[in-house]
Amino acid sequence: MIALVVESEVTAIVQDAIDKHGKKRDALIPILSEVNSKLGYIPAEAFHEIRRQMHDPSEQVYVAESQLYALASFYDMLSTKPRGEHVIKFCENAPCHVVGGKAVWDALKEKLELNNGETTPDSKWTLVTISCLGLCSVGPVLLIDDDMYGNVTVEQIPDILGRYE
Amino acid sequence: MAFYRSHVLVCVDPECLAKGAHEIVDALQDEFVAQGLINEIQVLETSRIGGCSGGPEMMVYPEGIHYHGMTADDIPFLVEEHFLKGRIVERFREVVKPVVDEELGPLRPKEVRIVLRNCGQIDPNNIEDYLAIDGYQALGKALFEMTPETVIDEVINSGLRGRGGAGFPAGKKWSITRQVADSPKYMVCNADEGDPGAFMNRRVLEGDPHSVIEGMIIGAYAIGASYGYIYCRAEYPVAVETLNIAIEQAREFGFLGNNIFGTDFKFDLEVRVGAGAFVCGEETALMASIMGKRGEPTPRPPFPSVKGVWGKPSNNNNVETYSNIPQILTKGAAWYSSMGTERSKGTKTFAVGGNVVKPGLIEVPMGITLREIIFEVAGGIKDGKKFKAVQTGGPMGGCLTEEHLDLPLDYEALSQAGSMMGSGGLVVMDESSCMVDIARFFMDFTQAESCGKCTPCRVGTRRLLELLQKICDGLGEEGDIEKLEHLCHEVSRNSLCGLGQGAPNPVLSTLKHFRHEYEAHIYEKRCPAKVCRPLIRFEIQAPACTGCTVCARNCPVEAISGERRQAHYIDPETCIHCGICMQVCNFNAIAVES
Repeated sequence: MIALVVESEVTAIVQDAIDKHGKKRDALIPILSEVNSKLGYIPAEAFHEIRRQMHDPSEQVYVAESQLYALASFYDMLSTKPRGEHVIKFCENAPCHVVGGKAVWDALKEKLELNNGETTPDSKWTLVTISCLGLCSVGPVLLIDDDMYGNVTVEQIPDILGRYE
Repeated sequence: MAFYRSHVLVCVDPECLAKGAHEIVDALQDEFVAQGLINEIQVLETSRIGGCSGGPEMMVYPEGIHYHGMTADDIPFLVEEHFLKGRIVERFREVVKPVVDEELGPLRPKEVRIVLRNCGQIDPNNIEDYLAIDGYQALGKALFEMTPETVIDEVINSGLRGRGGAGFPAGKKWSITRQVADSPKYMVCNADEGDPGAFMNRRVLEGDPHSVIEGMIIGAYAIGASYGYIYCRAEYPVAVETLNIAIEQAREFGFLGNNIFGTDFKFDLEVRVGAGAFVCGEETALMASIMGKRGEPTPRPPFPSVKGVWGKPSNNNNVETYSNIPQILTKGAAWYSSMGTERSKGTKTFAVGGNVVKPGLIEVPMGITLREIIFEVAGGIKDGKKFKAVQTGGPMGGCLTEEHLDLPLDYEALSQAGSMMGSGGLVVMDESSCMVDIARFFMDFTQAESCGKCTPCRVGTRRLLELLQKICDGLGEEGDIEKLEHLCHEVSRNSLCGLGQGAPNPVLSTLKHFRHEYEAHIYEKRCPAKVCRPLIRFEIQAPACTGCTVCARNCPVEAISGERRQAHYIDPETCIHCGICMQVCNFNAIAVES
């Protein structure tokens, strides 16, 4: 969402996430997901901050920054790179593919001049693919941030994107 | 339970939410308060009333009037007309009746609904709806009339097998976990339904979450667990929200927590949300993810029943398995096992997709034939085309052909034929599908989802994909089929978990049943289904061509030439097989040749 993240903001967001999910090893994925959704991605400062706030050998909670990187790089929904203000997640799976998904995907790429995983120079849009959302009966399906769109056609794309102008 | 003269059900499925369903709910509440009707009329949020294409959708009971397409601004008028004056507002009335639920319509021929019985029938966000249809009675029966051992015996006798796909007998698994002398024990529910096109579990979680929760509590009583996790994928935000509401309500009503039903039995539950990794559907990877690690599988044994979450005995079943449990306890093992074949009992849900007339969610009794599923339940092949193959078991399953259509739905029968029951994806393909392309498509998926921990899967799936891509590109050589076969066996034998072990199945099954298509691609440089672009030619058929020039104007590489009002010609050397000419031609003059 924001290209340059203010450090104090990261500290506060990490603090909130830890308060909400607990200072436990098994809360790491929820904490990272929360930071990711608040900032749009997980900056290096956040890894540092999560470790600083959580690592506590006296409580037998051991957290290393490398562990956090390992998690963030493993799960598709966590990003270590800045993302655009709005993230378009497109379902690329077979059921959507066969009902016209490819044409919609091509039109999105063309309209935004983006390839999979890229962000527009003005940091407005990021375009990524996502695994099956289970909304196969209304395919093709795409998600913009948390808004779902089903039965999407090429003609609807300008209107859908226009909602975020 | 409060009494209302009227109930308004508003659909809050993702599609309706996107069209402002929440604003409708708020506006209705406000208006009922303003008109003094709030104690007479109840507004409920539910999942999927109609097709949602004309959303937002709402139903008014007891009249059964279906409204759609209104905005929050229309609500004061609608409330005044319908609820004060008793006049139906035709403007918003859904006229096409009955509305077809694309996912779950009325009961189809040969369908038997056990797992899906409540979906669309009750308000998933209100535990009282579930209680009204005898919800949590099975739990009461287990706690007061049965011992943990007799619960397990009942589940064993029912013949219920794991619905995640592998088909391990559920009762037997419970019994093993119960017998491990270690504590605490955990109940785990695999709600990480990741196979593309399979959404049976999402529908159950969103439509009937308490059946899953009740099944887990009964299981916890049987194995002696005190805590449980439902691991739900992050791609299902509505399911996560519904589950959290359901768990909260179950706690309020005393079905979760200490002293359940006033007994000494205690059990509690939380939802863990994934972060986007297909491999987390594998049980050891799933448990690693619950513990906050990378979702990488570990070798079995030790099985989770012995060493699972936090190194403790953990019983893992999937959503569908658990949601069968309350019914089995209420109606008895004999009732459940009266359906099905000798070794596969009960029913199975499927998400039928592909080239069928009526795709969607179905639940059929075991033992039904594939032919009955495809041609009776799913209405047969679309557009009068010919059946070619059916893929069961998702990306780790296999393709079956015409000769297998009379196979009964049975775990062993499907495995012997080279496929598997799987979690419930069923893709039906007609003659226009290229089986090499299908194999490539699935390999593309598994290759991308391989977690990378073990070499056979990480490198093997990549090499398999490269070989398949090469064949689809028309560059296949003598010996490629043998290489594919050899590699498939190696990957399948040496991979750590089910993902790698199953990844070659689509290739092996298509090689077995459609070897001639591979041979045509490699030796004749021909794609019989005319799908693989490098192996097809676009040709203009002179008699049909009117010379309108639309194809020539749209061709991105200027491969089409011809005078106005004269038949055009595509230069095969310049053509890049993009197919645009065929899409834009108004006279069906462009044919695909192979």
